[in-house]
Amino acid sequence: MSTTSHLTEITVDPDVPLVRITREFDAPPAKVFRAHTDPELVVQWLGPRSHDMRIDHYDCRTGGSYRYLHLSDGNEFGFHGSFHEVRPSELIVQTFTFEDEPDGVALEKMHFEDLGDGRTRLVGTSLVDSFDDRDAFVASGMEQGVREGYERLDELLAG
Amino acid sequence: MAADALTADALTADALTADALSRVFAALADPTRRDLVARLAVGDATVGDLAAPYGVSVQAVSKHVRVLEAAGLVSRPGDGQRRPVHLEAEVFDLMTKWIERYRRQAEERYGRLDDLLRTLPDDVEPTPPAQTGAER
Repeated sequence: MSTTSHLTEITVDPDVPLVRITREFDAPPAKVFRAHTDPELVVQWLGPRSHDMRIDHYDCRTGGSYRYLHLSDGNEFGFHGSFHEVRPSELIVQTFTFEDEPDGVALEKMHFEDLGDGRTRLVGTSLVDSFDDRDAFVASGMEQGVREGYERLDELLAG
Repeated sequence: MAADALTADALTADALTADALSRVFAALADPTRRDLVARLAVGDATVGDLAAPYGVSVQAVSKHVRVLEAAGLVSRPGDGQRRPVHLEAEVFDLMTKWIERYRRQAEERYGRLDDLLRTLPDDVEPTPPAQTGAER
């Protein structure tokens, strides 16, 4: 029981350009929420493994904003957005923009559902304004997956 | 060998544009079409074969097959009513892998979040203490 691994579920909505990610955690909502609102904690888990993450500012409250950078091979990739609604232990509504595509914006919602017994279900949705944008967004993740696959293959071959 | 397969994979991934992916998703949004794909994963079948278990008309199945064909998920080499429908497994695999990679990235992030949550005290406040106010 204690070693149960929780599967991350991805749903790609056929009717609206939306991706939904669902995941359960063995921690109460207040803890999971804190890990999303405290920049010192956020920097420890958000962002892909291969990138270093640096937070420019992260003011997670209704009306606040954030900006952070992913650092990879000497390149910097900036992301920023606004916190539209922040309701402790329940909900975060925010926007998300990749600064290389400044006109593109995703509307993200994170619901923290209390499952009792110190457990939480996190349901995150990301809505963009066209199917092409959504699919390009997820497809960019795939390219990275392919690259990381190569890197792991290289490591394997080197060993 | 393995490296060649990966290269071919990566090339096909590039060729699979966002637009094509949208069509694949739309095609698979329908439960009947998902069933048809599952059936075709076993082997090629004619539209008549496919229609039999559903108790629906050949015309209705034919319409679904055309949607799958437009999305690149199936092909029907040759011509005539009896030509078999063939699943383009690599397109289907690519889409599955694409979602799987996205899922795995999210999973890696959340695995790190699991580790972090174990280090936090149970009675932690949901938000950090207010900032000094110098920023705004």
